[in-house]
Amino acid sequence: MARREEGDRPFPPGDYPLVVVGSGPGALQLTYSLTRLGVPHAVLSSDDAPGGMFRHWPFFQRLLSWTKPYAPAPRGTRTYERYDWNSLIADEQDFRAIQPTLMDGSSYFPSRPEMERNLVAFAERTSLRVRYGCRWTGTRREDEANGTTFVLETTDGEYRTPVAVFAVGVAQPYTPPFAGAELTAHYADTRTPESYADKSLVIIGKQNSGFELASGLLQWARRIIISSPSPTKLSVDTRSLVGVRARYVQPYEDHVLGGGVSIIDAAMEAVERSPTGGFLVRVRSTAGGETMTIDADEVISATGFTCPLLDLPDLGVTTFGQAKVPAQTPYWESASLPGIFFAGTIGQGAVGLKKHGQPSNSGAVHGARYNARVLARHLAATRFDMERRRPSIRPADLVDFCQGEITGCPELWHQKAYLARVVSADPAGGLLDEGIQPLAAVLDGGASNAIILTLEADGTGSIYPVVYVRRDGVVKEHVFDPDPLLEYGSDAVRDRLLEVVRAVVPDAA
Amino acid sequence: MATQEEIADAIAGMALFADLTTPQLQGVAHRFEERFFPEGERILRQGLTGSGFYIIIDGEAQVLVDGQPRATLGRGDFFGEVSILLGEPPVADVVATRPLRCIVIGGPDVEGFFVAHPRVMFRMLQAQARRLRNATRWRS
Repeated sequence: MARREEGDRPFPPGDYPLVVVGSGPGALQLTYSLTRLGVPHAVLSSDDAPGGMFRHWPFFQRLLSWTKPYAPAPRGTRTYERYDWNSLIADEQDFRAIQPTLMDGSSYFPSRPEMERNLVAFAERTSLRVRYGCRWTGTRREDEANGTTFVLETTDGEYRTPVAVFAVGVAQPYTPPFAGAELTAHYADTRTPESYADKSLVIIGKQNSGFELASGLLQWARRIIISSPSPTKLSVDTRSLVGVRARYVQPYEDHVLGGGVSIIDAAMEAVERSPTGGFLVRVRSTAGGETMTIDADEVISATGFTCPLLDLPDLGVTTFGQAKVPAQTPYWESASLPGIFFAGTIGQGAVGLKKHGQPSNSGAVHGARYNARVLARHLAATRFDMERRRPSIRPADLVDFCQGEITGCPELWHQKAYLARVVSADPAGGLLDEGIQPLAAVLDGGASNAIILTLEADGTGSIYPVVYVRRDGVVKEHVFDPDPLLEYGSDAVRDRLLEVVRAVVPDAA
Repeated sequence: MATQEEIADAIAGMALFADLTTPQLQGVAHRFEERFFPEGERILRQGLTGSGFYIIIDGEAQVLVDGQPRATLGRGDFFGEVSILLGEPPVADVVATRPLRCIVIGGPDVEGFFVAHPRVMFRMLQAQARRLRNATRWRS
């Protein structure tokens, strides 16, 4: 897409009540939701078109997130979103479930160009306004009597705002420090597959990126050794998105069957040039401590990415973990610098309860899109004094409402033990649908009697409803039995729901 | 922020990991995740299932039973293991009383970790024995 002329470009430098930085899925979903709520804001992006990292990665062309063109629920319904991980979510029927309309049927994993077209189509059809070609280059804060103003320095000039949301991805290549690290190429610098023909490769790292490269180069490389200190985790073993996804497991099978791929648990010591023109890679086994030296033609660091936060840590944004993700409140606000929020994959810094070690899906589109919508509603309510919509529920309808949510609510299915449907049960105010909220926020921050609905997983492969009931300030957890077909519309489930909610709504039916 | 290399350095000085070699420490740093909790945030929730095993890298936390303070935890202390070992929800809240950095593994990974690192399990048992002895003295 050609860069627009200045006359067509929205949001010139100046003062705005809210500024969003980014144009990937997280930023697009957020600006869509803010716009529909009537929240005034500007959106800036260094790119020339929507799509974020999908304009460049993954190398081997297909995403890890699926969209099922044919699913148990009709396209365009809320329930269908459970089967479509890639479309952004719209209020208008015409703009829902865009991704399946752009796929050619060769796979239920969209190709990278199909994903990019999905995002461009959403932005165009919903008339999203973004100032493209405007790179955020630095940040200042000005503390005044009436509050803090953030000044975002960009290639187009300065933007002043009390609230900034950064949706800039986790896409800055990271290589850990070891002797000779500069001799390795990062995953981000991978060349065309045929250029690795007949090469002996060492790939450092056992995350998806390392296994993606190994999978894509199996038919090209002469030998592949994958090394990192800890053992390989496979998603089919962890029963979550933690670990190497099933699509990239082929190098693992090649390894265990002795096909020429080796996977070792070893800490990197050094990489040196060898006299023959290649590299000598020295590692130490994490089990026995013995040193190994490996000859390689090339060494690739598939050691992950960090957040491109520029100077935000200097302003007070605390980060954690290898990816330097900002520590966040349950509503994705910096835990150390109020007024700075995050959306998109960076939102994984709001970790939530992570029950049974199961992470949220905030690092993927199908989790981040719901976070963005919740964040938009939160910003509208807390920063723009817009009243939150809270439809009332009749006690006679409560159990049907709850059962409908645990069977068909996409937020609960995609953000397990992370996002919750909340019904407040104030004795004086009746039953109110409080919408979707972060589970950590509602458990730790709420006070009113409430019914809090989630779906959860415990790493055994089961997915089951959990209902939290808060009465007089005390929260009680009710874990439902898992159903092998994941069907929770039965009379038995209804009876259990009735029994549970009657603790706070005696006349529920 | 701590890289895995910095976490390996940080835990090298803790009694729990005193018997591990440098490559083993790096393996532990890869296996655990770092978490940061601002002051006032709950880390363990009394009565709720699914918690993890936490080791404090920096900061301070308080153990509360029914809202009443029972103990203060600091660098090198660990918590969450009892509910995982017994398969029961925690009997206390743990709340950050100062900005807190921990490393954590989820409940389902704890058994595999201890079986793979018996010297860490032994050191944990020693620490548990000290807690039990102190509790017995306090009661008698």
